[in-house]
Amino acid sequence: MSVATGTTAMRQTGVRSKPLPLLPFIELVMLAALVATPFVLASRPELITLMTNVLILSLLALSFDLCWGFSGIMSYGQALFFGVAGYVVALVGRDLDFSQMWGTLPLAMLIGALLAAALAAFLLLGRKTPTSIFVAFGTLTGAYAAERLVAGWQYVGAGNGLSSIKLMALGSYEFVEGFEFYSVALAALVIFYLLSRMIARSQLGLVLAGMRQNEERLAFFGYRVQVFKALIFTFSGAIAGLSGALYSYHQGFTGPTNLGPGLSTTAVIYCLFGGSGTLIGPVIGTIAIELLSYVLADTDAIRQFWPVILGVVLLVVVMFQPTGLLGLVVSARERIGSFGARRRAG
Amino acid sequence: MALLEVSGVTKVYGLLRALDGVDLKVEAGSFHGLIGPNGSGKSTLLKSIAGAHYATTGTVRFDGQDITTAPPYQRSRAGLSFKFQITAVLNDLSVYDNVLLALQSMESNWALLRSRSRQRLDAEVMHALERFRLADRADDLAGELSHGEQQWLEIAMALAPRPKLLLLDEPTGGMSPEERRVTGELLAPIKSECSLIIVEHDLDFIKNICDRLTVLDQGRVLGDGTVAEIGRDARVQEIYTSRV
Ligand SMILES: Nc1ncnc2c1ncn2[C@@H]1O[C@H](COP(=O)(O)OP(=O)(O)O)[C@@H](O)[C@H]1O
Ligand SMILES: [Mg+2]
Repeated sequence: MSVATGTTAMRQTGVRSKPLPLLPFIELVMLAALVATPFVLASRPELITLMTNVLILSLLALSFDLCWGFSGIMSYGQALFFGVAGYVVALVGRDLDFSQMWGTLPLAMLIGALLAAALAAFLLLGRKTPTSIFVAFGTLTGAYAAERLVAGWQYVGAGNGLSSIKLMALGSYEFVEGFEFYSVALAALVIFYLLSRMIARSQLGLVLAGMRQNEERLAFFGYRVQVFKALIFTFSGAIAGLSGALYSYHQGFTGPTNLGPGLSTTAVIYCLFGGSGTLIGPVIGTIAIELLSYVLADTDAIRQFWPVILGVVLLVVVMFQPTGLLGLVVSARERIGSFGARRRAG
Repeated sequence: MALLEVSGVTKVYGLLRALDGVDLKVEAGSFHGLIGPNGSGKSTLLKSIAGAHYATTGTVRFDGQDITTAPPYQRSRAGLSFKFQITAVLNDLSVYDNVLLALQSMESNWALLRSRSRQRLDAEVMHALERFRLADRADDLAGELSHGEQQWLEIAMALAPRPKLLLLDEPTGGMSPEERRVTGELLAPIKSECSLIIVEHDLDFIKNICDRLTVLDQGRVLGDGTVAEIGRDARVQEIYTSRV
């Protein structure tokens, strides 16, 4: 990238100097900050617990971004995958006395993926091309029905949910809140962030980018658009499932609201607030909203009405800044990206 | 056997018979022009062939297969390529990525995920762009191209996967006379690669590049023959002098 040597020869060949890409820089800063967090907060264990929660919920927000930001699937069902996986690891702990993470975390992902695949088969792979509204209502109804079902089912604790969940274990080591659990959550987030990023930037990511702009056109190129959507949806279900399992273990509790439309909507808000279609946006959105809630709830002067303030802030951003916080600094061109073999930026 | 055989295709929109028992045959290697007044059903016919909608009755056979009710992706994989009347390039992607997207459609999902053909297809993308005079716009967004350039990009994209039959709906719509002339030059060499059905208003343009013409009027085939035969047909002359 050489603005200084941007000669006329370059301009004649149509190569324009593009601004430096910002996203990789933001990603690196976020990574550094998240790695440093437990050391900086070493004397404030309650904040490490808060940040562990934030990381786990970031995974959920990331899973929604893959759906909406990358594949145009308006999913209100992410909490369904999250919640069911959370219940399953709780039940496996209670009834089988098993909580080894090498077994239960993959199981949670499998459950999330299977549920998402089943929902995709029903909502996306029918003979008629589904509309976004159809998919939104379908996933919303799925989450709603699951919440109602679980709330009335004694075996899974009905309205009280399941508490005293067996601690996540690795061999004889058991994870309680704190530095170790934070590290597991961060590792999970980094791994699935990188996988998602690889997908988004691959040639398959180009198909998704084209699909978001003109689904019909892509069918005429020979792409089975709905199959691509179903694949991404399934992958997002796996991530949401992982997130839900970690959440249950970390809280030691799970309840019906963890698989309902309320939490699904929270994931939507995290993503839109931070900036959808960027991967890092939903992580930033989750951190910003959760920290803002924490600070507002902890400030004496406004303790009474902080949800109102938070609500107004969210409304303003989502209504007037549709590309989210990241949209303030990252251009649409960079967000969508380019997929060719050569980096011709010069 | 002809490459494309459309038999007795009818397309009904509510009370309107946009197509009424249309027959059309296109031989491999032939350039076929589709002409007729506005609203005569030309776009409707191309859409029935490409799969944008299904014929109400009648059959469409392509390369030995019955594709009457095949979804668009299957037709595309069988070797049909389609440029809409309204340009539909992907505005927010670069010109380069538009062509890459068209080219890589035959790859498996797994290969796409691993970006296995990214390097290999680079030369083909650039070749397609050079051919349609877009090489130095490769990095620009497709939405930044002029209308004429967007039409060329669409043709480049439609040709990229090496179709057996290319369907072009008014490729010179909105072009200047100079751009039209260039388009004719760009299309001529395609003949060695694939067959073509082209919808076009400019009779001189179409006479120059096509072997055969089919004339549609109010959803029916009014005439079908070589360019010379159609030129002599009195009924064709009548609709072209009285209504166009
Ligand atoms: N989607 C549609 N719904 C209803 N009528 C349509 C539709 N598309 C085209 N028509 C009608 O069908 C007839 C043929 O249209 P079209 O094939 O676009 O004509 P051409 O391309 O020859 O100008 C016209 O009368 C047009 O108004
Ligand atoms: Mg038309």
